[in-house]
Amino acid sequence: MKVLMFGWEFPPHISGGLGTACYGLTKGLSKIDDLDIVFVVPKAYGDEDQSKMQLVGANNTHIKQVQEHIKKFKSKHTYLEVESELIPYNDPDEYYTFRDSKLFGKNKLFKVNKEGKLEFSGKYGSNLIEEIYKYAYVASTISMDNEHDVIHAHDWLCYPAGIAAKEISGKPLVVHVHATDFDRSGGSVNPKVFEIEKMGMDAADKIIAVSNLTRNIVIEKYGQDPDKVETVYNAVEPVTYEQKKTIKKGVKEKVVTFLGRITMQKGPEYFVEAANEVLKRTDNVRFVMAGSGDMLEKMVARAAQLGIADRFHFTGFLKGDDVFKMFEMSDVYVMPSVSEPFGISPLEAMQSNVPVIISKQSGVSEILTHAVKVDYWDIDALADAIYGIIKYDSLSGIFKEKGKEEVDNLKWTNAALHVHNVYNGAINSFL
Amino acid sequence: MKSICLYFQVHQPLRLRRYRFFDIGHDHYYYDDFTNESIMQKIVKECYLPANEILLNLIKTNNKNFKVSFSITGVVLDQFEQYAPEVIESFKQLASTGCVEFMAETYSHSLAGLNNNDEFKAQVKAHSKRIHELFGQKPKVFRNTELVYSDEIGKTVASMGYKGMLTEGAKHILGWKSPNYLYCNAINPKLKLLMRNYTLSDDIAFRFSEEGWNEWPLTTEKLVSWMNQMDEKEEIVNIFMDYETFGEHQKKKSGIFDFLKNLPAAILNSKNYEFITPSEAIKKYQPIAVAHVPHAISWADEERDLSAWLGNSLQDEAFTKLNELREDVLTLNDERINKDWNYLQSSDHFYYMCTKFFSDGDVHSYFNPYNSPYDAFINYMNVLSDFKIRINELMDARKKEAVNHEMQQKDRLIKQYEKEINKLKKQILQD
Repeated sequence: MKVLMFGWEFPPHISGGLGTACYGLTKGLSKIDDLDIVFVVPKAYGDEDQSKMQLVGANNTHIKQVQEHIKKFKSKHTYLEVESELIPYNDPDEYYTFRDSKLFGKNKLFKVNKEGKLEFSGKYGSNLIEEIYKYAYVASTISMDNEHDVIHAHDWLCYPAGIAAKEISGKPLVVHVHATDFDRSGGSVNPKVFEIEKMGMDAADKIIAVSNLTRNIVIEKYGQDPDKVETVYNAVEPVTYEQKKTIKKGVKEKVVTFLGRITMQKGPEYFVEAANEVLKRTDNVRFVMAGSGDMLEKMVARAAQLGIADRFHFTGFLKGDDVFKMFEMSDVYVMPSVSEPFGISPLEAMQSNVPVIISKQSGVSEILTHAVKVDYWDIDALADAIYGIIKYDSLSGIFKEKGKEEVDNLKWTNAALHVHNVYNGAINSFL
Repeated sequence: MKSICLYFQVHQPLRLRRYRFFDIGHDHYYYDDFTNESIMQKIVKECYLPANEILLNLIKTNNKNFKVSFSITGVVLDQFEQYAPEVIESFKQLASTGCVEFMAETYSHSLAGLNNNDEFKAQVKAHSKRIHELFGQKPKVFRNTELVYSDEIGKTVASMGYKGMLTEGAKHILGWKSPNYLYCNAINPKLKLLMRNYTLSDDIAFRFSEEGWNEWPLTTEKLVSWMNQMDEKEEIVNIFMDYETFGEHQKKKSGIFDFLKNLPAAILNSKNYEFITPSEAIKKYQPIAVAHVPHAISWADEERDLSAWLGNSLQDEAFTKLNELREDVLTLNDERINKDWNYLQSSDHFYYMCTKFFSDGDVHSYFNPYNSPYDAFINYMNVLSDFKIRINELMDARKKEAVNHEMQQKDRLIKQYEKEINKLKKQILQD
């Protein structure tokens, strides 16, 4: 079986959980016999791990018959010329820059460079919509060049690419819903993004959702046939031994960590309020908010207002090793997400022997037993759980031990087998 | 005859390095040596050395009729000592002419005058001692950080034996009254006040090279003609500004050095004017009225109040958390702790946390090492957390030492008593 897979990012060039999940899944799939993957990303840097699959960067794809394609493409995709100023998913690192700069002036025709290739930034930037459609355009060429049996598109950014590929090759399309705009926006969806999401799901032969939570959203909000939608939970890459350097904590106190984009979706304000409650009762604790996002400044101001800023620290956006270092220093990991389709980071925390507290509104809570689950809005319950874990060693001990065991049993190979079944289903339904 | 009082403030912040959460408890060095040194070297070359040389020549050529006064912070003296000792030498040369007065202020350019009289007095004493050692003068007139002044601060300063103090001739304090007289403190009238003439001062300090200004270019003749228009009875014109005006805020190419070179001659040409130092001024003139300043004023920004340093939740939190440590710092009296304590007091740290960027953004962003006030706050609080950890560790060690000491004493006593008991026993046996 040959799979043509469209993603948006790939390690080491990632800025969100999507790249990590794609990498894990493709690695898992590569263990299945007779399954070949061509993984396409908008921009290939050349230093990605390609041992498990062939990685095609859309920026390296030579485009033939440019004129003809543009004509055909424009007649089919009239929605190409999007006027909205849209930044649905910022690269946290560049948050400050984007906020200041005037949004882009739009190019109505794509520019092809001398070698007949399109230029991609591969980032979640201000001209994201344009990139998505450029990507879709190149996808049709890639679809012609690479023989395949099934098309797999990850998240809305790649749905147009998936649709374009399907139109060329006529092969079944599987879309993988890692998140919906209902999660990102807290209910007030961006109509443009919704349109693209719905279009992708409508065109798909099978839909993979990362949790039942997401599956329900797909069925209810996007009006999809329940038989078409399957839940495949994510997993986590096992930590290898060489990564396990011991890091000495600089502070004596227990460290409680929030790690993620500091946006409404992740519920950072509940973490700050809970921290305040805990600090009223014990001194022996420090809180760390790691990450960046549009709510960072509000959180800094709130911590200062509450008078807890000497015990509540901010690290800014963390990359690679620093994330690992942060987990090593943590005694509790908290993910109070308001709406989290899945949430891989608690699993990574558990791998590092850190007890986790997660919101019931997260997909990962459907599969974890050895984690504290609270409603994201329930600050008292959250504070209570934090206090319990940092105060009672027996409790944290059991979470560490059992949690590690549990997370080590979550394997990408299992997820991959499940996805393989979905492929077969899609191919069969197509015949 | 009118007196002209020229006063220059010399200060450079000691900037903190990027101090991350991961450094807390590990690394106890807080300063950005590279930035501090390179900025210092630049200003030494562009401002301090050339300006000092000009002043020295002017004093010589005008037969000591040209007089100026300085206030040099301890923080900048420390940096001169480390990076540019030649600047201290050149100030010593100026001091030896007898035409230059050095004023007292807080050692670290701090805001201690606002919240803790004991700390304030200690810092002022430390600064005066340093000035005396370097320049052989005991300061008689006081100037507070950023000319911050209130009735209460004036009272404290008077109680320390200072005869005069400098402050801003703020419009909302003086109203219809003119800054060109001597005033006195509302609580202790013995303390005389020199009020800054902000119009003339800022004409030089801020507007000198502003080509859009209707009076541009400013010449010495123009300045003298303005002074000629003043009321005959007015006694003293206080021109106070940053010393960095010469060559740094106003670049050399604007002609600021030529302006300075020509200033004494232009003023002394007319027999109506003389130069005067602050302590001569308070001897020569009688206060014309009491200045009521119930709420603190300063020379900064449009508001002329404290809002550049204190008032928003970030600044207040940082300032409170810093001051909470004072008792322990005093108890420890450890050399390194004292040093950091002093440097962390600098008002500059709080200035960077200012959120009212709009009206005075230019001044605030001048050499500001941070992207945003939030960034400044996070960094400062991380440093403060580490500082607090060090204090706590030393305090614990002290306590342990004290306990050990007590134990040893008790051991000694027990031995002594045993000896005596044995002696007595022997006596009993002998009897």
